[in-house]
Amino acid sequence: MTRFLLPLAIFSVLVVFLGVGLTLNPRQVPSPLVDKPAPVFQLNHLHDPDKTLMSQDNLGKVWLLNVWASWCVACRDEHPLLVQLAKAKIVPIYGLNYKDQRDTAIQWLKQYGDPYTVSIVDADGKVGIDYGVYGVPETYIIDKQGIIRYKHIGPVTVKSLEDKILPLIKELQG
Amino acid sequence: MYKFEVAANSFILQNRIDHYSKFIKQLIAVLFVALVPLISFANEAVPVAEDPVLEKRLIDLSENLRCLVCQNESLAGSRADFANDLRREMREQMKANKSDEEIIDFLVARYGDFVLYNPPFKTTTLLLWFGPLILFLGATIGLIIYLRRRRTQLEDIPLSESQRLEAEALINKTNKE
Repeated sequence: MTRFLLPLAIFSVLVVFLGVGLTLNPRQVPSPLVDKPAPVFQLNHLHDPDKTLMSQDNLGKVWLLNVWASWCVACRDEHPLLVQLAKAKIVPIYGLNYKDQRDTAIQWLKQYGDPYTVSIVDADGKVGIDYGVYGVPETYIIDKQGIIRYKHIGPVTVKSLEDKILPLIKELQG
Repeated sequence: MYKFEVAANSFILQNRIDHYSKFIKQLIAVLFVALVPLISFANEAVPVAEDPVLEKRLIDLSENLRCLVCQNESLAGSRADFANDLRREMREQMKANKSDEEIIDFLVARYGDFVLYNPPFKTTTLLLWFGPLILFLGATIGLIIYLRRRRTQLEDIPLSESQRLEAEALINKTNKE
């Protein structure tokens, strides 16, 4: 009997391993920046290029940093959700306009709605590199101490909002 | 009829000449336009790599780094915008006299060990480094156990007295036949 049970056991283990491997998403690369201080930046506002925003300006509040661009198709998927989230006034959303043209970006916000407290311009993607951005859209949750607590890669979905993002924000704000 | 043919032929010929001369004129125009940049910017033709030594170093280093957008390509080989940006960043750091280690640390701090094609040796990668060795040792032990067990199975099993008599009877029977 064991001569059949043993191969069966090995086969089952193999199936489990392969099954787990198949359901993993290779695009979800864990960020080494989670639980580290958010990289410092000083960037111009999108709508008012004379004003600048420094990352330290947001110390003391929980905020979202959403990396977006008008050329980014997936950003259109998550955008209505962000607009809704902004309307609910749960958390301020800051937009990092990544490698974009100023006028097309402003036009895009006019067309799809502007959920951002402030959008800042990262025209050459330097700040993007500091934040480890490799696929737009990406969303970071940054706590009151300026520590990155979570990174969401790809469009925000209702499920990711309900399961992870909103509970974490509540916990951090509390 | 004949006159008509001549006329038609000459018409066709004229048409062809027109066509070819037009084509040649266009060709000359295209060549001229193509030559303009060579003439006017001959002194300023910028080589693809400003600094071949630095560019060689960049390629050597980025060949061992993964592009996170097209994950089966290296930063050296990828044409993704992301890889372009990172190569530019690495080039700038090289110009600022950063060492290869410093540049790799810079990238790992932002993108994690995933950018490295050669995984580092640490607790989370122990299984990765020793997994094949463990599998090999396990298989070897299994093989040794199997061979030992088989050897004992092949050993002579002495016949009991009744079996011996039975066998003898069979042999005698066949010999008689």
